[in-house]
Amino acid sequence: MVGSVEKTLVVMPAFNEEESVRAVVLEVFHKLPGISCLVVDDGSSDETTEEARAAGALVARLPFNLGVGGAMRVGFRYALEHGFDNVVQIDADGQHDPASVIALLAQIDHADLVLGARFAGAGDYSVKGPRRWAMTFLSTFLSRSARTTLTDTTSGFRLSGPRAVRLFAEHYPAEYLGDTIESLVIAARAKCVIAQVPVAMRTRAGGRPSHHPVKAAVYLARAVLALLFALMRPPVRLQGREIASI
Amino acid sequence: MTVTSYIFGVLSALLSLAVVIELLRRGRLRERHAIWWLIAGALALVVGVFPSTLVWAAGLVGVAVPLNLVFFVSVAVLFLVCIQHSAELTALEEKTRTLAETVALQDIRIRDLERRASVKASSESHEPGAGIPFIEPRRQRSSNET
Repeated sequence: MVGSVEKTLVVMPAFNEEESVRAVVLEVFHKLPGISCLVVDDGSSDETTEEARAAGALVARLPFNLGVGGAMRVGFRYALEHGFDNVVQIDADGQHDPASVIALLAQIDHADLVLGARFAGAGDYSVKGPRRWAMTFLSTFLSRSARTTLTDTTSGFRLSGPRAVRLFAEHYPAEYLGDTIESLVIAARAKCVIAQVPVAMRTRAGGRPSHHPVKAAVYLARAVLALLFALMRPPVRLQGREIASI
Repeated sequence: MTVTSYIFGVLSALLSLAVVIELLRRGRLRERHAIWWLIAGALALVVGVFPSTLVWAAGLVGVAVPLNLVFFVSVAVLFLVCIQHSAELTALEEKTRTLAETVALQDIRIRDLERRASVKASSESHEPGAGIPFIEPRRQRSSNET
């Protein structure tokens, strides 16, 4: 009942994605009939807004670039103001398959936050070297704080239930890696139930993830720092109905 | 110490205090940002007029060369000012972020209202009194995130 497509808002942060955004929005409407789609144009200098509007999406246009975290909080605030129960983040580069949203929605009546995980079986997405170590370290650590097994904590493909939407509408971090790592820490410490569903990822329409060792090492260091700071901050309390324990 | 260097020290302290106070007077500087500069200027004036206070203060905290105490206090003041600026910058960024988000959400609302208004206007011109009912959108939640 909670996991209905009509009460779910797709939030698509888009920064200079004019080439892919129209196709992705059309695919979302095609594969998820009845869903609402909000594209957050994160200060793009190209035709992202026009392309998204042409595809029939609602577009929130930020006056300057805030990063994924800022764009997502617009989505959470919109969802809260307009009575949506769930928010699902789908990247505008076509990396996430909208059909998998159904699998995420199936979990939402016993979890507040459902992650679409890339390494949990489905698909053939893989990374190597320090970037891989960073992801393994984060997964191990965050699994413990979330009291569940998470294999892909840096996945942007995630569905937030009503409690998580209320939490994130106020406390979604805008810092680097805040949208993935810190938001998980915030949710776990606010006693949100976190679950994961294996999903297949497609290769991005443009560009490939960086495998340069120096960049990967910097990424690892920043990820550890982001995690440390997230853990040092005072936890956020969340009022409201708790999800019945599984 | 020569008379010239004594006068130079006092004049420098007075000049820096005068600059801070003049900026405050013209409203170019807020009190909360000026407080460290005022403290530094006042200290410099006291030490400039009565150099013996510096020797006394150095002896009090066990600094062998009194001049080193001057350097230490100067660095400490600069450090505090920098930290204060970083904190203010963070607060301003958070406020700017919230404003930008609100602008984006209100832009959606305005577009929606304009669309409704034009639909209503066009339907009224065809058939008086048969416009679509105006549905008031939910009020924007005021966010207090400080």
